Amino acid sequence: MSEILENRATPDAKTQLDIYRRMIRIERNDDATRTQIRRGRITAPYYSARGQECIPSAISVLLNDDDKICTIYRGIHDMVAKDMPLRPLWAEICGRVDGTCKGKGGPMHLTHPETGVMVTTGIVGSSMPIANGFGWAALLDGTKQVTVAYFGDGASNIGAFHEALNLASVWKLPVIFVCQNNGFAEHTRYENGTSVDQISKRAIGYGMPGYTVDGNDPVDVYAHAHAAIARARAGEGPTLLECKTFRFMGHVFGDADGYMTKEEKAEAMAKDPLPIYRQKLIDDGIATAEELDALTAKIEAEVNDAIEFAMACDYPSDDELRRDVFAEEIPA
Amino acid sequence: MSTDTLDAPVVETVKMNGLQAINAALMEAMEADPKVLVLGEDIADNEGGGVVGVTRGLSTKFGTMRVRSTPISEQAIIGAAIGAAMGGYKPVAEIMLMNFTTVAMDMIVNHAAKLRFMSGGQSQVPMVIRTLTGAGNQTAGQHADFYEAWFCHTAGIKVVIPWTPADFKGLYLSAIQDPDPVIIVESGKTLFVPMDVPVNQGPIPLGKANVVAPGSQITIVSYGQMMFTVMQAYEELTKAGVSVEVIDLRTISPWDKETVLASAEKTGRLLVVHEAGRNFGPGAEIAATVQETLFGKLKAPVGRLGAPYCSVPFAKKLEDAFLVQPPEIIAEAQRLVAMG
Repeated sequence: MSEILENRATPDAKTQLDIYRRMIRIERNDDATRTQIRRGRITAPYYSARGQECIPSAISVLLNDDDKICTIYRGIHDMVAKDMPLRPLWAEICGRVDGTCKGKGGPMHLTHPETGVMVTTGIVGSSMPIANGFGWAALLDGTKQVTVAYFGDGASNIGAFHEALNLASVWKLPVIFVCQNNGFAEHTRYENGTSVDQISKRAIGYGMPGYTVDGNDPVDVYAHAHAAIARARAGEGPTLLECKTFRFMGHVFGDADGYMTKEEKAEAMAKDPLPIYRQKLIDDGIATAEELDALTAKIEAEVNDAIEFAMACDYPSDDELRRDVFAEEIPA
Repeated sequence: MSTDTLDAPVVETVKMNGLQAINAALMEAMEADPKVLVLGEDIADNEGGGVVGVTRGLSTKFGTMRVRSTPISEQAIIGAAIGAAMGGYKPVAEIMLMNFTTVAMDMIVNHAAKLRFMSGGQSQVPMVIRTLTGAGNQTAGQHADFYEAWFCHTAGIKVVIPWTPADFKGLYLSAIQDPDPVIIVESGKTLFVPMDVPVNQGPIPLGKANVVAPGSQITIVSYGQMMFTVMQAYEELTKAGVSVEVIDLRTISPWDKETVLASAEKTGRLLVVHEAGRNFGPGAEIAATVQETLFGKLKAPVGRLGAPYCSVPFAKKLEDAFLVQPPEIIAEAQRLVAMG
């Protein structure tokens, strides 16, 4: 069984509102991305995280700019939650030279060290072994920095997960392994590919705490992330957090969802964390509907500004093929 | 043996083998730069200081936070090195044997080599991968392969295969301070044969070949422990009156085209010899480049010698047949010299 967390930290009103701000920023950004793809203004494979907004939002309010994340191809929500600026993000997914990677990485491989977005990998499972290295560096530096390694439920079945968790535990690294369990590994149902009913149980095998949390409940994610981050900052080592959620847009945007039933999808979408959390903030008197609408409008303006900025940027010159292979440019 | 030292006035030297030279380089690099780290299986003194003792003494001197033994987890080793490198450190990660790099190929090829490019230059991965290999000890097909062609084919990682202890020291000092990932292959015999190493041997630049012996009729290019075999052939060929120029490539990628092309143009004949498989081996790239550039100036087609298209065999008799031996080099060189 997943462990039960004692001494649950609760987010104060300001923090709850900040979690919502990040969630709506992710949702508006995701909606705009899908719109731009539909309109043919961008051409790129897109792995929407619609439905998973709560997880990185409730975690990122506990992180500083110099805390690091290593994430995966379905990871733009993790970056947006970490407050990565949207202009270079959009320029990158549009393949422009002003993109954060000069158009050489694209939506599956964004990097933005200023906000701690260190690695985004297109290889399932590979965020974890690299996150350990940042953890080791933080220990050597004597800082309290932590690194969050995000990955999906499918990645818990690849060797890198097991090697990385074992090493992190043996070395007591300040790393938080966050599994966003959306129920499907590409098109394969969780139970058809994973040997245990809860991924958090695998933490037992690696001598670290493991929790299964409701990934659609910001308060639950916050409480567990708070404990995991505090443990890491105190030098006590890593934690495995399994956050259960659902992806509303399939594996890759545009796929036919043939591997799930309509009822199942409708049921999951009825638990959409965004409207539920919005209502809770209003019911708890943390914000009014008008205030939340104003916040949404402000974020929409930020997203639209980023899109128009990106579309006006130049494409990279072919010289970029000779740059950044090594530190020294390859001669023409 | 090295003309780096032949041309110098009088250099005080000390006899050491490759193993000692690498150890000295690591000691010096760690002493000079607190950012240099070492990690790998069994590398700390508690675990014996490395499977053949290359890292002996490092953890005692610099502590087990900088010199860390790891579990047998090649992906985790390279992953930790990548993260530490991006976090401002200069890790030297040991993958005990080159065959075991296959277990960490995703980390090496998709991440270490590519993160600079894919991040548009934001990420730097200044790390060294040390790995041992080579046939000759009857370790058969999973402990002795030369896989340098795979890494040479991957943009973003440099590939170094030294021969002499002096080169080991100098190339390690450069590789550790290089801003990009470097894989250094330690081929069996090169660790154990003592040679002269200049006292205070400093860094030797990556990407520069060494003209070991000047000659006029044919150029032989090789690297790593195959250089011992080439030098035996060189002695015999010299006695037979063939003037051979021997080049130790040292860095396989990016390779020193300038030196090899200049030599091939001068002698008009080139023979590439390596322990790696002949099919699609580094010799193919060198031969293609030389023929593209010097077509019409060559007196013979470029020759290539390498391992046959099979796994490294166990039986001593087969292993000897598998490895390129001096008589094959002599015969091939004489065949090429007889042409044109």
